[in-house]
This record gives sequence, C-alpha cells and structure tokens, in this order.
Amino acid sequence: MRTKETSFVGFVKALPKNIFSGLVVSLIALPLGLGLAMASEAPPIAGVITAIVGGIIVSILGGSFVTISGPGNGLVGVVLVAITTLGLTATYAAIICSGIILIILGFLRLGKLADYFPSSAIQGMLAAIGLIILGKQFHIMLGNKIIRDNGIDYLLEIPNTIFTVINFQDTSLIYAAIAGIISLGIMVFYSKIRNKYLQLVPAPMWIVIVSIGFSYYYELILQAPNPISSAYMIPGIPNIQEIITTIPTPNFEMVGTLPFWSSVIALTLIASIESLLSIKAVDKLDVGKRRSNVNKDIKALGLATVASGFLGGLNVVTVIARSSVNVNNGGSNRSSNLFHALFLVMFIVLFSTELTRIPLTALMAILVYTGYKLASPDVVRRIFTIGKEQLIIFFATLFVTLKVGLISGIVAGLIATFVIHIVVTKSLSLFIKNILKPNVLMFKEENGSYFISVKHFCSFLNFNILKNKLEAIPEQSDVILDFSLCGFVDHSVMENVHDYQELFHKKGGNIGVIGLDVLGTKSEHPFALRRLLPLQNIIPDNKTKRQNNLELVAADFELAYEPLKRKNTAFLENFIYFKTKKIEHIFNQLSGKNDPYRLFDITFSEGEFIAKEVVRSTMLYIKTPPNVPVFTLDREGLLERFYALAGYRDIDIKNHADFSKRFYLRGENAKEIRIIFTDELVRFFESNAYYHIESNKDGLLIFSKERIASIKEIKALLDFGVRLNAIINKV
Amino acid sequence: MNTIAFKTIGIGVTFSPNLEANINEAARLALCFGSKLVLIHVGETSDEKSKTFLKFLKPFQNEGLEFEVLFKSGDPVDVILSSTLEKNIDLLIIGALKKENFLKYYLGSIARKITRKANCSVLLLINPSIERVPCKHIVVNGLKDPKTKETVNTAFFVGHHLGADKITVVEEINQDEVSVKVDDDKSLRKSTIIKERLRLREEARVKKILNTIPAEYTKDVSIKSQPIFGKRGYSIGHYAQVARADLLVMNAPTKMTFWDRLFPHDIEHILTELPTDVLIVQ
Repeated sequence: MRTKETSFVGFVKALPKNIFSGLVVSLIALPLGLGLAMASEAPPIAGVITAIVGGIIVSILGGSFVTISGPGNGLVGVVLVAITTLGLTATYAAIICSGIILIILGFLRLGKLADYFPSSAIQGMLAAIGLIILGKQFHIMLGNKIIRDNGIDYLLEIPNTIFTVINFQDTSLIYAAIAGIISLGIMVFYSKIRNKYLQLVPAPMWIVIVSIGFSYYYELILQAPNPISSAYMIPGIPNIQEIITTIPTPNFEMVGTLPFWSSVIALTLIASIESLLSIKAVDKLDVGKRRSNVNKDIKALGLATVASGFLGGLNVVTVIARSSVNVNNGGSNRSSNLFHALFLVMFIVLFSTELTRIPLTALMAILVYTGYKLASPDVVRRIFTIGKEQLIIFFATLFVTLKVGLISGIVAGLIATFVIHIVVTKSLSLFIKNILKPNVLMFKEENGSYFISVKHFCSFLNFNILKNKLEAIPEQSDVILDFSLCGFVDHSVMENVHDYQELFHKKGGNIGVIGLDVLGTKSEHPFALRRLLPLQNIIPDNKTKRQNNLELVAADFELAYEPLKRKNTAFLENFIYFKTKKIEHIFNQLSGKNDPYRLFDITFSEGEFIAKEVVRSTMLYIKTPPNVPVFTLDREGLLERFYALAGYRDIDIKNHADFSKRFYLRGENAKEIRIIFTDELVRFFESNAYYHIESNKDGLLIFSKERIASIKEIKALLDFGVRLNAIINKV
Repeated sequence: MNTIAFKTIGIGVTFSPNLEANINEAARLALCFGSKLVLIHVGETSDEKSKTFLKFLKPFQNEGLEFEVLFKSGDPVDVILSSTLEKNIDLLIIGALKKENFLKYYLGSIARKITRKANCSVLLLINPSIERVPCKHIVVNGLKDPKTKETVNTAFFVGHHLGADKITVVEEINQDEVSVKVDDDKSLRKSTIIKERLRLREEARVKKILNTIPAEYTKDVSIKSQPIFGKRGYSIGHYAQVARADLLVMNAPTKMTFWDRLFPHDIEHILTELPTDVLIVQ
C-alpha cells in the first residue's frame, strides 16, 4: 500500500500534466458550454457556469478519477422542455430539486439506477436526444431559425431549410450559413487529420479561433463591419462583474405543480443515466485502471447541480467527450477537472467580450456534430448485428422519445424490451416467478478462483444481483461464470458481462463464460448467440489491390502473409502508446516463422462511447533480446519541447548533441538507455527517416504515421526494421 | 457415543405410477440403515391393495426387511403425521413431483404441509427409481445453529451407510456480515479481507464439529468445507445443484409462521426448487 507521503509526491509530480490537460479540456468546454446552454434556450453563460461549478465541486468531492463534469448533451432536450413550460427561473428551481434527488440517490446507494435500463432502450433514448439536438440546431447552423412543435417536425424541415439556404438573397445570411458549414467541416474532418499540432487544439476551439480571427480580420484589416448577420452572432456575454451581480433567483412558486415535478424527474433521470454511462466508459480509458466510486460521484454531482442551479447554471453531469480528451492529454487525477474549471474562470474574466465575435451558426455546428454522433448510423448498424428484436426496442424508444418525451420514451423502451423477452422465451411465468429470487450463487473455490452460477433468468430486471457479485471480486482473479442453469440471458447482460471481461483482462484477471452453448441450442437464444459468434469472413478470396501487393512484398522479404483479422494482440499491450487506446484487431500481417518481425495493419480506438474515434495504422513489431530497456524515441519538435516543460524528461546522449537536439528520447531508466544507444545506433537513427520507436522490454514497435501505410512506405519500414534489428542485436 | 439411528422409516404410499419406485427406495434405505419400514396408506383396507404392496416388498423381505403396512382413512396430512407419532417413525420419506419436460422438481401441496409440520426427519426424493442410484456426494449445511452438530453427524451417518465418497459442509455466511460495501478499489480490498476473516472463522467452527464425528464414519470419505456468501437456505440449494450433489442434508426449520411462507427463507426456498434429494434432520 502506498503511504500518504509518496502519494502526495506523486500528485505533485503529475500536476503539470493535469494542468495541461485541464487547459485542453477547457478549450472544448468553453464553446460547448455556450452552445449547449443556447440550444437549451438558457443564457449562453449558464453553460460555462455549469462547467465551472461542476469542475470545482466534483473535483473536490467526487469519487471518480479522470472524469470531467459540466453541462451534458443529454440534458439539452429536457432543459429545453423545462424552460419552455416553466420559464427560466422556475427551471433553476427544478434543477436544484433534481440535484437534491441525486444526492439522496447517492446516499441510498442507488447510483446504479442505469443498470435497470436495457441497453438498447438507452441507446434509443440517446439517439433520440441526438436527433433532438441535431434537428433543432441544424436550421440555426444554416442561418434559418424556425420554431416547431416537436423533434420530428424539426427533422422533417431539414430538406426545406437546405432549399431555403440555397436561395438566400441576403449576403449576411449567406455568410452566416457559410460559417456554419465550415465549422461543421472542421468538426467532421478534425479527427480524420492526425497531425499532432492540429490535434493540440480541440476542434471546437479551432472554430472559436477561426471565427474570432475572421471577425478581427474584418475589423482591423478591412476596416469593415463583420459580414455575418448580427442576428446570428452570440448574444451579449456578460463580463465577470455582471455575472456576479445578476445571479438569477430561482423561482420556487411552481413547486406544487405536476409539470414542475415531471421536469425534475426527467432532469434527474437523464443526468444520472448520462453520468453513469460516462463514468463507466471513462473507467475503461483510465491508465491507472482505478475503479470509480459511483455513489460518491453521484453525491458530488448532485451537490454541484444544486450549487449550479443557485448560481444560474444547469445540471452538472459527467461528460464523456471532454473526459476522453482529458485522458488523451495525460489527465491522471481529479485535479485536471479543477484546472479545467479554473481556466474557464480565467477565460471569462479575460476574454468574455471576445466571445461575442463567434457566430451562432458556427457554435451550432458543434452541436449538430455532437447530435449526429449520438444518433449516427453506426449505432443502428451495431444494434442490428446484435439482433432484429433489439432494433424494435431501439426504434420504439426513439420514436416515443421524439414524439412524446423522454420519460415516456424510456418507459416505452422498458415495456418493449420486457414484451420481447416474454415473446422470445414464450413464458411470462419464468420472469414473474423468479424475479425476486437471489438467483446468483458465488463461491470461492479451493484453488482461489471464483465460481458464479446464475439460475432461472438473467436480464436487465435482475442484472444488479449478478453485478453486485462481480463487483465484489478482486479484478486480478479468475472467474467462471456459469449460465447453464439459466433459461434466458438478455443482450444487456451479455454486453455488461463483456465489459466486465475486458475490465478483468485489463487488470490481469479473467472471466470465462460457460453454459451459453447449451442455452443457444436448446432455445435458439438470439441475444446470446449473436454475441458469441463473431462475423466470419464469408468470401475468403476477394483481396484488394493493396492486399495483392502486400502478398508480393511478403514474398520479397520471404515472410508469410495473413490477410484475416486477428484478435490476439497481447504482445502489443505493454506499449506506452497503447495505454490510452484500445486495440480492436490486427490484420494484413506479414510474419516469418523464424524471423523476429511482424508487420501488420492495426485498428484501434481512442475515447469511448460517443467520443470514440477509430484509427487504422500500419506498424512493425520486432522481438528483441532481453537486455533492451523500456524507451520511446520520437522526432523532437515544438510539441516535444513543450512536453518537456510539462514534466516529461528528454534523455540526452553524450557526444551526440545533434541527435539529442533532433530526437526526443524518453524512458524510466536513463542509465540502461544510454548503454544501448551506442555510437552506431545513434548514427543509424541520425541518417535514416524519422519513425516513432518504442520498446517495451520484449519488443520494439515502429511506425511513422497514424494511418495505413502505402506499399512503398511498408517496404521502407521493413527495411528500416531489418537494419535496426541487426544493430540492436550487436549491442 | 453416536446416538443417531433411524429405527423406523415411514413412507406414505398411494397408487401412483411411482408406487414401485417409492417402495423400492424406501425398502432399500431401510435395509441400509437396518431399520423397520412402515408403509402408510391413506384409505380403506383391501386385500387387493395389500397384495400389491406385498408383491413389491417381496424381494426385500427375502433380504431380511422387517415391515408393516398401515391403512388409515382421513385427511392425508393428519393421517401421516399422527402415524409417525404412533409408530415412532424417525425418518419419513416423501416423493417429489417432476415438472413435465423440465428437469425441475417441486413438492405437492400435501407433501409440503407434511414437511413443515413433521416432527421427525424427512427425506424428500426427487427421482425415486426402481434400480438403485448410488449416492456419491452429500452436501450438508454448516450454519451457526445449535442443530447443526446433529445434522452434520446425521450426514456422516447417512453417508457412511450409503457409501458416499464425498461430503461437503457448506457454511452460508450472510452478506450483511460483511460490513463494508464495495464502492471502489479501497473498499473492495477491505471487504475481501473481512470475507477472508469470516471464512477462516466459519471453517474453524466447522472443524470443531467435524472433530466430534466418529472416526469410522469419516475414514473413507473426502471432506470439504465450502463457505458461501449468500442468502441463507437459497444458496445452499443452488450450490448442491451446481456441485451435482446426490443428497442435501439440512437443519429442520425452527419455527414456521404464515409470514415465513409469504417471504420464503431457509427451507422454504428448498421446497419450491428441489435441487436434489433433501434430508431434513429433526
């Protein structure tokens, strides 16, 4: 166990990284906060207040580690309804009440509320929220503000708006629409272009920078007024004194009415679901592999929501996109959340007037993109591959949410799921008779592994029993999960069990699921079956041109070529590069039986949930002799010098000033690294092309760009690897 | 020093398709334990009935089985319960019913009433058979209860006579005894330590009980002790099912009120979902 002192030293050491990460996150939080608040028809500054209050309170009292809190996407729809039916000041009162309910839920340890909702229904609800955001903001993004009754009407108006925009006569509106389209383009293409300088500033901030720059270009250089219609600029952002003096007073007069409480319930429900999903997703990304204390976090979020409501902010939730960015930029504890809030305070104090230079259309493009991410066709495709019946649940939830409202939507999803379960099993009594039974048995076997047996049925209705048992097992253990006494296992359970399997795997344990094959053959169990069989490559011989060329390269280097996807990527897991990334599979592998080389295309992802970005790249792996220490070698650029300031140390090699200047060498054990970097090796690196080279003690990982390499690049990479290997073997 | 013995074994018989199997099982057990067998039939006496019973009992009679057939009319529950008192029956055998097409067993309503009210030990058979099915693995509860010692003793007695090769003592530890709720890594570590401590405590207690068992009963069986964190009465049945036990030996319930049936616990769980043959020791 760590002592208090060393953990304090560790905290101080990690501080520069967390400050840096907090800065990057605040760059997203600022435009997103403004946008989310405006989409909910609250004053734009409300979103920033939410992020500041949330960041400060949750970072001090929360129970998670690398999450960021602030205004959430999911709540846009609910807050919008609340503001239109109750008015702004009464909505603040509703927000405060929902915060209090969240605190109570946290104390009752009901933080796992989201476990009781089937996952397809949650997906449907999120997609509906995405469509509500997208539908409403799409029109504003193109400079054609309209008002309709419900989400579906907004969506149906989209073709009309496009037609209107094409026929715009007013140039100020055309400029507004162009600003929106360019911003949307930035959002879409940002993740596709993997340039480390570009990626340093998050996409929403690029939009802010470009639009403020554009406005200054007109003001200072052309000496002309901004051509974008003033109706489509962000309305006045108050400066810090105004914010403090004009804090709104929540209006509790409507406390006795039904609409008030239905808003409170919707706010609480969505806030807790969004937070829980985000916390769960972010825990998967955490480099420290820590487990968040969900109930503690819910309490902190509740308290932050109460405070935020009193100060004129919205509900505070844990947000996935910003949290993912936090992890990717080296955030390692809650202090990054605090710094994100402090940077926001600084921005507001210093630049609040500059923010009015941002066109509304540009800001709404950010929201349109977020909405699209929530409701993207990928979600539908994924659900379809799980099962057609899941699609019914998904769309039932989606349509009812759009047409009626969020609470009705989630209720519809619950009912649809339950009815489908009854239809699939052809038995109602299976569920009714056994729902209250403690159907999960767990015991520790003599050899130290755990055995869990589940009886009767296991679905979203009683998954929490199984979950409690799984939570109580140290993740380093081996677990056997036996479903053979179970008549029915639903998709939500399979998905959650799969998450636990990943979690255990990450921490060195293992969950083996048995007994599902019996189930499948006996009852043709749709959910379980789909989950177990990965899609096979049906037509084996339809190679692309690149694959044919790869085959030739393989022959050239006397290596074997294997085009199919392989999941066995354990040899890559210890590389620092993959610490914040999740490897999906490798494919197009070139390898030799007696050679230490493996060249392959790889698919991995960064971020989780809606912030998930899938990246493909080509890499070379070389198995090395055991005396090679752990190190990372990169070309040294501006960014690396900046990293050095943030606490990452560059190891210099004596007598090779040029090498030390051009390359950025990192590693724990400087002494051993200096031994391996002989004159010959240094000269080799100096005289060849730059690659990202990383050693994990067992092997080297070499690649140049985060994209699939061309045949020419592959040849160069292989050649580089062969020569490098020869030199390293000499040392 | 061992006082356990089943001097008289009773079984209620009706003319069901299971009749032969039930009689065979009961007679076999009576021979094993060297006890007298009492067949209780609720109904009028008739020669034909007696003949059928005798036909089935004939082979066992040749092996030296002592038996008696009792005819009595009235309410089945009352008749059987009063007969057990009258004849000093100390083990009552009841056959369970099997759900069609399912490998699930349950007790009929009469059998349940008898089980609840009986003041002798009760053996519930899920699958009576004409041929002998060997009893290899016995699971017995090791609850912290004054009755447990007697129950464990009985399990070993039965195991010895039926030739079981494995006896597992299951200690069910209530989840509430683990005072720490798992929230994060720290509380998980704490709860794991507490559980380990409880486990050792329970094992020590069971060991004490095992030490009192006569050596002749323990010498040929492998003995295992298995702590389980879970719902009392329910998880032991689940365990017996998972461990493919042939016989589950349990303490008789202390008292049974209306509320106990409404909110089933302990033995009531076992009665609704019979995992295997169950012996309830009074």
